[in-house]
Amino acid sequence: MSVHTLTVDGIEVAVPEGASLLDAVRAAGVELPTLCHLDGLTPVGACRLCLVEMESSGHLQPACATAAGEGMAVLTQTPQLQHYRRMAVELFFAEGNHVCAFCVANGNCELQDVAVAVGMDHSRFPYQYPHRRVDASHPQFAIDHHRCILCTRCVRVCDEIEGAHVWDVANRGGECSIIAGLDQPWGEVQACTSCGKCVDVCPTGAIFRKDDTTAEKQANRERPQLLRSAREQHQWQNQ
Amino acid sequence: MTAPTNKLRFATVWLAGCSGCHMSFLDLDEWLFELAEHVDVVFSPVASDIKAYPEQVDVCLVEGAVANADNLELALQLRQRTRMVISFGDCAVTGNVPALRNLWSDGDQASRQAVLERAYVELADSGAQHPHAPGIVPELLERVRPLHEVIPVDLYLPGCPPSAERIRAAIEPLLKGELPAMDGRAMLKFG
Repeated sequence: MSVHTLTVDGIEVAVPEGASLLDAVRAAGVELPTLCHLDGLTPVGACRLCLVEMESSGHLQPACATAAGEGMAVLTQTPQLQHYRRMAVELFFAEGNHVCAFCVANGNCELQDVAVAVGMDHSRFPYQYPHRRVDASHPQFAIDHHRCILCTRCVRVCDEIEGAHVWDVANRGGECSIIAGLDQPWGEVQACTSCGKCVDVCPTGAIFRKDDTTAEKQANRERPQLLRSAREQHQWQNQ
Repeated sequence: MTAPTNKLRFATVWLAGCSGCHMSFLDLDEWLFELAEHVDVVFSPVASDIKAYPEQVDVCLVEGAVANADNLELALQLRQRTRMVISFGDCAVTGNVPALRNLWSDGDQASRQAVLERAYVELADSGAQHPHAPGIVPELLERVRPLHEVIPVDLYLPGCPPSAERIRAAIEPLLKGELPAMDGRAMLKFG
């Protein structure tokens, strides 16, 4: 297997061919916040939190969706990147209706965690208070679009791991939203197997079990990676 | 008249919030005695009977969002009279629960009319009418805002409520003329 050597913040690392820049950053032991990325799912580079700077060109690239190459040199913590990262997190909060105090995912929310990671003590952008819906038509689960950050993990896990493709993305800009089936109530989508993988991978409290109330959501975000390694490498959790 | 001291002139203010942040402040328990040795409480709903916000305040913890005309008037006044204004808790920092009424709006209209209509007319069992008592019942603002959208804020202390430990970690350095390090989960986690 061929190997690429590169530097991350000046630290030399070697990663196998096909590895992403995010893999290289992790191999260097550098902490980089992510939201849309989830091990086991195809990267999409949607959230822009893992942006890194290519030392040669000064260009910013999402580490999760960029292949690591021989001789690359990347920077992860420049003042510009830290500025953009915090701005991106503030915009997530301002764009939706995120109220941690009574959220089902309070204490177990990746948006809440990255806010801490980037040092966000308030949002400099005015909150938009968009009008969004709650779909509680499924017997076990519900989706509260107010808390959705459009990371598309649910879309990807349902398509790539469960193979049901219940979820998709509709519309653009401020109207952009996750839809079930052909923009139907979730409970009416016959393709849904009620497997709960979308609940497990949702980084916020947008998709949750109806049994759970404030701060009770227990996510299981390593599930796609476990399933993928079981299928592809025949490595099982209990071995 | 008591002799002037070099104690910090300390205030706490309660705008549109549930008072939970003030309850958390009281959870400082015995440390409140220590705090009392370093500050003069010149205005506070839990530690003073003074009704008018005084001049030359050094530090003020402001709980709550800005939801009505009284909140706005007090916010503007305290900013003029206070050296360091601290957004105290999620309602002041983000708008939080009181600002949920901003969702209750009709098209591009702000939420004021829509919530009054809903609460006092649509849901009224009898005698449906809008509250109207000028000078007594403060008018709602068109939209609920976090504190920093109406006045400059010097320090943000998030949490719903911020724990007593977090409050102490934020204000203890101020007593020594230092600024607290507001970073990490213990100091910043919302909710």
